[in-house]
Amino acid sequence: MTETVLRIEHVGVQFGGLVAISDMNFDVGQGEIVSLIGPNGAGKTTAFNVMTGFLAPTKGAVKYCGRDLRGLKPHEIADLGLIRTFQRTSVFPNDTVFDNVLIGLHRQSKLGLLAAILRLPGARASELAVRERAAELVRLVGLEARSHELAGSLSYGEQRLVGVALALAAQPKMLLMDEPVSGMNASETHTFVQLIRRIRDSGVTILLVEHDMPMVMSVSDRIVVLNYGRIIAEGPPEEIRTNPAVIEAYLGQSAKDVVKEVAAHA
Amino acid sequence: MTRVFSLVTLAFFASVPLWLKDPYLLNALITTGIFIIGAMSMNLLLGFTGQLSLGHIAFFGIGAYVSALTSLGYDVPIVGDFHIVHTPWPPIAGFALAVVISGLCGYLVGKLSFRVRGAYFVIVTISFAEVVRLVALNWVELTQGPLALTNIPSITIGLPYLGYLTLKTKLQNYYLVLAVAAVAYFLISRLVHSHYGRAMRGLMENETLAVSVGIDVTKALTLTAIISAAIAGAAGSLYAHYIRIIDPEVFAFISTVTMVIMVVSGGKGSLAGPVVGGVIFGLLPVLLRPVMAPEAQWITYGLVLIAILFVLPRGIVPALAPKLGFGRQPVKPKPVVVTELTAKEHA
Ligand SMILES: Nc1ncnc2c1ncn2[C@@H]1O[C@H](COP(=O)(O)OP(=O)(O)O)[C@@H](O)[C@H]1O
Ligand SMILES: [Mg+2]
Repeated sequence: MTETVLRIEHVGVQFGGLVAISDMNFDVGQGEIVSLIGPNGAGKTTAFNVMTGFLAPTKGAVKYCGRDLRGLKPHEIADLGLIRTFQRTSVFPNDTVFDNVLIGLHRQSKLGLLAAILRLPGARASELAVRERAAELVRLVGLEARSHELAGSLSYGEQRLVGVALALAAQPKMLLMDEPVSGMNASETHTFVQLIRRIRDSGVTILLVEHDMPMVMSVSDRIVVLNYGRIIAEGPPEEIRTNPAVIEAYLGQSAKDVVKEVAAHA
Repeated sequence: MTRVFSLVTLAFFASVPLWLKDPYLLNALITTGIFIIGAMSMNLLLGFTGQLSLGHIAFFGIGAYVSALTSLGYDVPIVGDFHIVHTPWPPIAGFALAVVISGLCGYLVGKLSFRVRGAYFVIVTISFAEVVRLVALNWVELTQGPLALTNIPSITIGLPYLGYLTLKTKLQNYYLVLAVAAVAYFLISRLVHSHYGRAMRGLMENETLAVSVGIDVTKALTLTAIISAAIAGAAGSLYAHYIRIIDPEVFAFISTVTMVIMVVSGGKGSLAGPVVGGVIFGLLPVLLRPVMAPEAQWITYGLVLIAILFVLPRGIVPALAPKLGFGRQPVKPKPVVVTELTAKEHA
């Protein structure tokens, strides 16, 4: 494997008595697309919250580019280039799509306060560069026709794209996406898969949480399967597809019993 | 369009003394103008970051006292024979110091309260204002306590070719206040249109998302608090040198309430909001006074406020600006699906 970008070391999370993640251990290498899958409530979003500093793990550590993220605030982690999107649609609803991306580009505007207020030389150039980049990102996610509409008035699928554009605006080295295609129709999903590939090809490492199995299978280099806060399988898509533990987790105990019963009666 | 409108408005305000000769009304315009500067500074926090500074008058009052004391001088015993003695400086230095010290207080209050926000900030600012009022009331050697600081000198400014000019008349003070208000408006406008302003908007609209793209909440809010407090301090300084007598009553809670009314009625989060709300609620008492008994005046004041907020809950400017072709479009409300995950992702 190539150089490790993200290393999850024995991470555990408890909410009171509830164990959301028991012992999570996996790596993501530079330039990979890795998917983290598992039934609802398996702990995927919780894992993202830990990786991006929104939640402190009960135990274990997250290392990003060799650096322990313990104690860093979410905005500091974002500053390191580890950026996430959210499971529920998350945009700045009262701003246009274009302004959403501009807000996301905040980190890229290195202009000092005085320079910004007095519009010192350089301020204009910096603002122009930022606007140009914003337009580019809006085009990249295919929302140029919506650029000047309020983000809150877009369809859910489109809002997810705004979320991705925002995340890209923050210039990620690694991008964590939480169910990005939920709320998208088949053709939107298809376009989105191409977008993910393009993002990866530009050098961004990707960790994906997704329920859409055909999409996960087609886009991932590797899949990590989580069930009840525990990793039950890890490997390339073709291996995961036929892994009995995974099938059981997904079909559930009852379904398995049904299968057995049917077999017995046959 | 917006810029032209701002300039026309400025020109209009500049023309007022040319046709309004009544000194009583001019006086009302000056004090109203000073409070509008205060309201603009409050709007920067309330309207652009969502933080309500219910002790905002503290920054105003600190500016007033700092400026007055700097230009009056003082001799304060600290321990035993040790005194701190300050010989009077020109009022303009007092103005500058008022801006700096008030800004510093904004920094302290911000640092103290912005780790936890919302209600906590409201409480910290109210408490801060009360503490400062008690200091002004009880540190008699410095502030004269309830006896007030009197004979505060008028501001003297140096003008190219004209030499030094002491602004004693109402006319001169009107233009001074107008100039400071215009500068404050300009600064706030530039700030909220810069990427700092975008960070503030982001925080207010969706803090979790803003943080996730690398916006530092505490830093953005503290920075805003500093600038807001500094502008309030400038207004306080103008007040001290215009009225020329101040006592701990400058810290009265009702003054903060007046600013809130100006901001909310005019429209928080719009640059022109505090100006519109300020003109209405600054001048209303003055206009009502000759025609009504005091009780009726306050009832009318309250009724006007209720009427405005009832008809235009977002304030006058946000409701009217789009109709006149300015500003952003009104928000189309979108049903927000709140799932159980909402709480989790905030965790
Ligand atoms: N802030 C929280 N407080 C209490 N329980 C939580 C919290 N966040 C998540 N959980 C619980 O942790 C488990 C994992 O949730 P989550 O990570 O959202 O799962 P997934 O994203 O895989 O569907 C669930 O049982 C959920 O109810
Ligand atoms: Mg989830």
